[in-house]
Amino acid sequence: MNRIVIFLAAIACTVAPLQASDWRQFRGPLSNGVSDETALPISFDASKSIAWKVNLPGRGLSSPIIVGGRVFVTCSSGPKQQRLHVICLNAADGSQRWERQFWATGRTMCHEKTSVAAPTPASDGERVFAIFSSNDIVCLDLDGNLVWVRGLGRDYPNASNSLGMSSSLVTADGVVIAQVENDSESFSAGLDALTGVNRWKLDRPRMANWTSPVLLKTSDGKQLAILQSGKGISAVEPATGKTVWEYGDGASTVPSSTPDGARLFVPSHGITVLEPGASGEAPKQLWRSAQLRPGTPSATILGQKVFALNDGGVLTCGDATSGQRLWQLRLKGPFSSTPVGAGAYLYCVNEKGLAQVVDTFKPEGEIISELDLGDTILSTPSISGGAIYFRSDKQLWKVGKS
Amino acid sequence: MKQKILLYLTIAGWLIPADTRSAPASGLSEPIQIIRAVGSEGRGNDEATRVWKQLAGADASQLIEILSALDGANDFAANWLRSAVDAIAARETAAHRALSLADLGKFLLDTRHEPRARRLVFELIARADATAAEKLLPGMLNDPSLELRHDAVQKVIDQAAQLFEAGNKPGATLLYQQSLAFARDVDQVDLVAKKLKDLGQPVDLPKHFGFLTQWKVIGPFDNAGAKNFDTAFPPENKIDLAAEYDGKSGKVRWQDFTTKHNYGMVDMNQPCGKLKGVLSYAYTEFFSDKAQPVELRLGGKNSWKVWLNGKFLFGRDEYHRNAEIDQYRMPATLQGGRNTILVKVCQNEQTEDWTVEWEFQLRVTDSLGTPIFSNPDATRQTALNR
Repeated sequence: MNRIVIFLAAIACTVAPLQASDWRQFRGPLSNGVSDETALPISFDASKSIAWKVNLPGRGLSSPIIVGGRVFVTCSSGPKQQRLHVICLNAADGSQRWERQFWATGRTMCHEKTSVAAPTPASDGERVFAIFSSNDIVCLDLDGNLVWVRGLGRDYPNASNSLGMSSSLVTADGVVIAQVENDSESFSAGLDALTGVNRWKLDRPRMANWTSPVLLKTSDGKQLAILQSGKGISAVEPATGKTVWEYGDGASTVPSSTPDGARLFVPSHGITVLEPGASGEAPKQLWRSAQLRPGTPSATILGQKVFALNDGGVLTCGDATSGQRLWQLRLKGPFSSTPVGAGAYLYCVNEKGLAQVVDTFKPEGEIISELDLGDTILSTPSISGGAIYFRSDKQLWKVGKS
Repeated sequence: MKQKILLYLTIAGWLIPADTRSAPASGLSEPIQIIRAVGSEGRGNDEATRVWKQLAGADASQLIEILSALDGANDFAANWLRSAVDAIAARETAAHRALSLADLGKFLLDTRHEPRARRLVFELIARADATAAEKLLPGMLNDPSLELRHDAVQKVIDQAAQLFEAGNKPGATLLYQQSLAFARDVDQVDLVAKKLKDLGQPVDLPKHFGFLTQWKVIGPFDNAGAKNFDTAFPPENKIDLAAEYDGKSGKVRWQDFTTKHNYGMVDMNQPCGKLKGVLSYAYTEFFSDKAQPVELRLGGKNSWKVWLNGKFLFGRDEYHRNAEIDQYRMPATLQGGRNTILVKVCQNEQTEDWTVEWEFQLRVTDSLGTPIFSNPDATRQTALNR
């Protein structure tokens, strides 16, 4: 009995409950780019909408994450981007709480358009796990105390991609899940959230892969880690890495899958929607549409609609239940970042730093506001506390409630 | 009761952020030892987690002890140690307490210390006294820290540009030549070489970088389906420069190949033809004055393997992603006299126009990237020394 109490207490201590405004990972709490906040700005004014902006000490495409009123962002600097930064700011005013730097232990070479701080960190509410293209992973508590470091590029010296890695982290069941997939030493790993040691390590298809894992809730309330690759999808148990089901009809290696409840929107032959059955059962294909074809940005599900944005800026809206294409809207592109949204509105920022608010309730969709941030932005925005966060290689902006 | 009090004190300690806490001076040898013992695959992380706060909470007077622990530390331990330094420095800054510039300066100027630790110290000094840091830079043109050297070289490059703008071309030429002598980062070398070319002083880039340009090559062998990366064709078993083998489409034999490429690219399309689904080998000999640690540095966008004196060093099975000078750094030890270097370079069957390249570049350097040149007289000298 005592052991059970201690075990439950340990779990309670290791995972903090999600605060309403937390945005703990790439594309938000459910990895679908959607916030349930209702007080976000829908009309931008360059002179009033920016609550604060701060200069960053290095490059980065990673999204900021927000945990308990603190903003965490990663950067890379130095002649070869071998300096890795993790920075913590107060969400209220952008003031810096702390910064830690690390030296890359893996290769930092990447395409000039991306950077070593491409993947987005993740948090379990107590700790922040930050990964870089060099496959270095550091874990810090929210106060900046170092918990552990790993150098997966050093441990597994052929685990790298000469164009750069970008797969973000997710964490579940006391495990941090990293997809380190490339043409050579390709694997995914589950690292113990408290110590960083391998809980499991899976050989993965030897092909370059820039997608990020997502978590999918099953009908029986469990979570599965969804690992996407050019071959398809592998759904694994976060704690053990045991494969529960697979989908083998191919998938993109750039945009990631998007969960929506128990459904999984996979960038495969356009978009293919899967619905897993009971544990271990192969997923059922609900629909597939070649007309919904995301480019670099991943699909976003807002209410009953699914949105696919191509690199040029054509936003296609489809019915999330049937896949039927409803309308298309040309935004001002080009785009690398994934749209995020809340309620009726999508927030899309193009590579030139022009943020665009789309009212998706209009019959054909409509851009209702724009904000020119004036710098190249390839990073996906984050939403928290009535504000949207954008970052470039040089700056981080909080747009909305101050 | 006593245990409960201890527990409350411990919890209170956890709740205080590292940036605001300062522990009384105490022995750091044990936590340093524990942290220096961390290793690959997370070994020692659990113990290191336990003691890291002790380091981060150390008195500022113990900063040099922690910095010194970076000397010889492995890269994992180095990150644990430097983050403790960050925490201490941030705490002192927040408390408006100055770090001892005298201690930091002494550490910085002792080039036996870990180069990255010295760079970290330089930045701590710069935060406290930017003017002094700026004045130190010119003395760091030949520094073992690549980042310090980079900034010192950049200063000279900037001064050369100013002289050029002022119409002083001879002065600009001299400063560019000085910067080139010390530059190790490719971006700086490229920039300076271009400036010197514009000034009528072209740079022999292959010589400057020390690329190996004289090779014997043989091929093509079959690599259909990119499946023969791990297949050992005869040159992997024995180097016989007079031998003839069955290649992919007939007999193949060793032939001389000299690259005149500015960046030492050994282009297999030239001796073998523009082929797909093939592989070839390149062989050269490197004469070293003495047994010495070096780095073999390779760049290329094809799959490759390298052997030094018959011993496999490293290989990379990746095609057409990206290439740059010094893309892969392989620590190795040269023997005095003759050394053999064998490179296997593979081509896959992609058809895009950016997949034509079937090539590599290789040079031998010290750990900073300073080229080490082959000395054909070394064999005779080595024999005499015996």
